[in-house]
Amino acid sequence: MSILSAQKISCEKSDRTLFSDLNLELNESSLVHIKGDNGAGKTSLLRILVGLSHAQSGSVFINKVDVHKDQNIASEALIYIGHKLGLSSVLSAIENLHFWASQQAIEISTEEILAVLDVLELTGLEDVPVKHLSAGQQRKVALAKLWLKPLSSLWVLDEPFTALDVHMIACIEHKISEFVNQGGAVVMTSHQPLNLSCNTSVMNLEYQW
Amino acid sequence: MVSGVLLSVIKQDLAVAVQQRAELVQPIMFFVLVVTLFPIAVGPSPETLQRIGGGVVWVAAILALLMGMERLFRDEFNDGTLEHYRFSPCPFYLIVSAKVITHWFVQIMPLLLVSPILVLFLNMTASMYWALILTLVFGTPLVSFVGAIGVALTLSLNRGGVLLALLLLPIFIPLLIFATSAIDSASMNLAYHPQIAIIAAMMLCAVALCPIAITYSLKVSQN
Repeated sequence: MSILSAQKISCEKSDRTLFSDLNLELNESSLVHIKGDNGAGKTSLLRILVGLSHAQSGSVFINKVDVHKDQNIASEALIYIGHKLGLSSVLSAIENLHFWASQQAIEISTEEILAVLDVLELTGLEDVPVKHLSAGQQRKVALAKLWLKPLSSLWVLDEPFTALDVHMIACIEHKISEFVNQGGAVVMTSHQPLNLSCNTSVMNLEYQW
Repeated sequence: MVSGVLLSVIKQDLAVAVQQRAELVQPIMFFVLVVTLFPIAVGPSPETLQRIGGGVVWVAAILALLMGMERLFRDEFNDGTLEHYRFSPCPFYLIVSAKVITHWFVQIMPLLLVSPILVLFLNMTASMYWALILTLVFGTPLVSFVGAIGVALTLSLNRGGVLLALLLLPIFIPLLIFATSAIDSASMNLAYHPQIAIIAAMMLCAVALCPIAITYSLKVSQN
């Protein structure tokens, strides 16, 4: 079954065409790794796919719902982690995740969040305001969302490995493989070669002048 | 479900506001200082102060509100929380309205609470004071909701502060005229209900229609 379907999307940024008539179909248990040079339009593509930006033309459907028309319904099964982490810098990891969960209408207990933070080696830092954490630790707090939304079927991850150490990258890769093997779909960008044990395809975005 | 989401948005905003107490106090200090300076500069003649009092309080209030306005979406836009609200099952315009209302409570309510002290400085009569409070109660939500459109539009610009003031100040002129005229009427012991009714009507229109415009402006800023 098609989870994400983008038809003939085009994007222009300051008079430069990033991509045009791009089609993307993503079924269950599959992962698309988007590659491309800096400025090729990877982030713009992901933002269009989740409905944050509008494409010049074309349409995007998540689980057969148009993301630009019914974003609330379309994003029910979606987790998006972009460049901006979506963490309030003055609140702690646990407060941030609690608020995120309740804004996504997910019921979750503090113990569950603590268990996830434990997996991500953030034990002892859960009460520290996020601004006092390192870049990698902040990224890990944001990535904890991957554990907290069990009903999701689509993950859109923009450079999830930025600032993470080798060991943690392996942990996230494992989580992604597990999710894909259980029927999830993932679109992600990354400049690093991926080491995944799941159905992976690569899409290259050419830098266009 | 919708109310749960809105409640958590309000809780989060309050939690952030508690952490940023120092920033919240700035507009109030500004308001108090401006109003305090007037009696010193204009001279302590009771008649003069009474005549200019209403206008002074309102001009100071609008400028103080504009100072605090930028806080409304700035941090959440920069850290990306605002993007995540769009993936919530709750409609974005309700979340935005909840945020504007919370902002009014943390940023503007304190101005209302300190206003009685300032009335003493400006030699206002009791009926002028009530007129002032009523105009502030009905007028400031209007400032919040209309101001939020401007804030949402100038979010993606760095240092949009001056532009924001230029955009918004002209829009508040009708409000200023009706508010000061209500206080004027009160000082002459005349009825001031018509002015209050007009301000309240403008406020209700703003509360009903502005969330749509704010939502759209935020989407444009995030595009």
